[in-house]
Amino acid sequence: MSYQLPPVWTELKQHAVFPEFSHDERARYNFLANLNRFVSTVIAPGNQLAYSRRVEPAFVKEHGRSFADRFEVGEAMKKDPVYQMWAALRRSTMEMRQQNGRAVVLRQAKELAQKVAQELEGTHLLQLQENFQVPPYLTHVDNHLMPGSYHTEYFPGDVSNAANYDSGLFVTSGGMLGSLTDGGGRAIAAWVKETYPNFHPKQILDIGCGLGHNTLPIAQAFPDAQVIGIDAGAPMLRYGAARAHALGIQNVTFIQADAANMQAFANEQFDWVQTTMFLHETGGKSIHTIFAEINRVLKKGGLNLHIEQPQYTPEMSMYEQFMRDWDAYYNAEPYWGHMHDLQPQALMEEAGVPKDKFMQVGVKAINDLDKKKQDGKVTEDYGRSPIWNVFGGWKAEK
Amino acid sequence: MKTELSGSHAGGSIQGNPGADAVNDIVMAGNKSKGGRPYFLEDPAVERVLNIAMAIATEVAVVHERMDTIERLLESKGILSRQDIEKYVPDETAAEERQGWHARFSARILRIVQQEVEAVAHPENNTPMRTIADEINEM
Repeated sequence: MSYQLPPVWTELKQHAVFPEFSHDERARYNFLANLNRFVSTVIAPGNQLAYSRRVEPAFVKEHGRSFADRFEVGEAMKKDPVYQMWAALRRSTMEMRQQNGRAVVLRQAKELAQKVAQELEGTHLLQLQENFQVPPYLTHVDNHLMPGSYHTEYFPGDVSNAANYDSGLFVTSGGMLGSLTDGGGRAIAAWVKETYPNFHPKQILDIGCGLGHNTLPIAQAFPDAQVIGIDAGAPMLRYGAARAHALGIQNVTFIQADAANMQAFANEQFDWVQTTMFLHETGGKSIHTIFAEINRVLKKGGLNLHIEQPQYTPEMSMYEQFMRDWDAYYNAEPYWGHMHDLQPQALMEEAGVPKDKFMQVGVKAINDLDKKKQDGKVTEDYGRSPIWNVFGGWKAEK
Repeated sequence: MKTELSGSHAGGSIQGNPGADAVNDIVMAGNKSKGGRPYFLEDPAVERVLNIAMAIATEVAVVHERMDTIERLLESKGILSRQDIEKYVPDETAAEERQGWHARFSARILRIVQQEVEAVAHPENNTPMRTIADEINEM
């Protein structure tokens, strides 16, 4: 397999509220995307080699058994120089991506806020709440090492963190999510349409929608439906609504709401409740309240789907669990590990989905930047690959 | 959908931006995220240097991409051909200047290593400054 180059950053679609990038700012992202690609495809596989050729054998020799859990793997790997350098580089690329992205959006923060406000003038795509309480699991950590996370606004009307997220996810994903960074949403929309051709939802809820990367493809795929995206982060919602409007999508509304307390919505309001890469950014108690709320707002016989990374199961090797856990601790997504220890089927029962209506499938990002240059093979980059686990099901009819 | 969210302000009016002028992009771009920063190399000082080196590598890549843009634009305007660049052989003066640039560049990068060597070569010049301060006090 020849070396696969990531697409250049300029292939991202520059919509009306997208931040302006100088030549050198674009070059910085092109380099960082390439650096990530190199680290994940050339250096990261060294971890597996180090593990199988020296870390695990040394552990077995010393203890007379192999690793009991991923935490033991972590303690042993921490001492291996290949792992040390890979981890140091991976952390470094994440921090550089944040710094360079923030440098772009903060220098034009005021202009971005004005662009967004102009785009939204006279529209009803956005509903923010005054005195909204951001859930503690969000304020407790800066997810993905984004200073200020999703909710921080540096002044009224600010969208800096959202614009940074929108224009910079390209770097982390190496452009594998498409020109609108919407590969996940496109994949789930296509899968639902293909698998359930007779399903015609009228009301769709996307929980933890962020700036709507994965919400809009659903709205586009189901133009007769009203799609509501909820999130806690005002900058994300503001930017997301303006971005949707700029892209000409009308059947979506961005509402500020707490997933664990969705007072704004009636019982059994929605035909389909979706979350995409959201559950691992909640908390150990909140997740259950969220599933109870999903149960309340989802119609009987309605669809409930969650895109996540694979759960940790007894069949998954300790090494893979350890590698997948890396982002939990070192990319500031601390609930990741605990969340992936949960049983999806048990969670779905909390959402009113009976055992025989439970499903679990794998989906791969639909990437319009592929242009058949890529052969579809993806080097496993635990937690970063555009390949996901979807679990969910149909709520009981009665 | 219920629309009873009190105080919702569709359109996100931002007149005034009282805090926008206070955004310090240079410093805030590099803000630390919440939580203790993990270090993976045995000596955190080495990892800090690694981070500085990677940031510089990024900037080298940026300069390279900018040069590439310039060359392609000049070529498209018929001002030069990139083939000419590839075939370029410096004359004596140019060669001297260019090699001198590389030498000075190397010296700047490796200053700290050069000075370690000088320290070994001249042990008499390694007296701690506190001792020198006391000595000078007697002069």
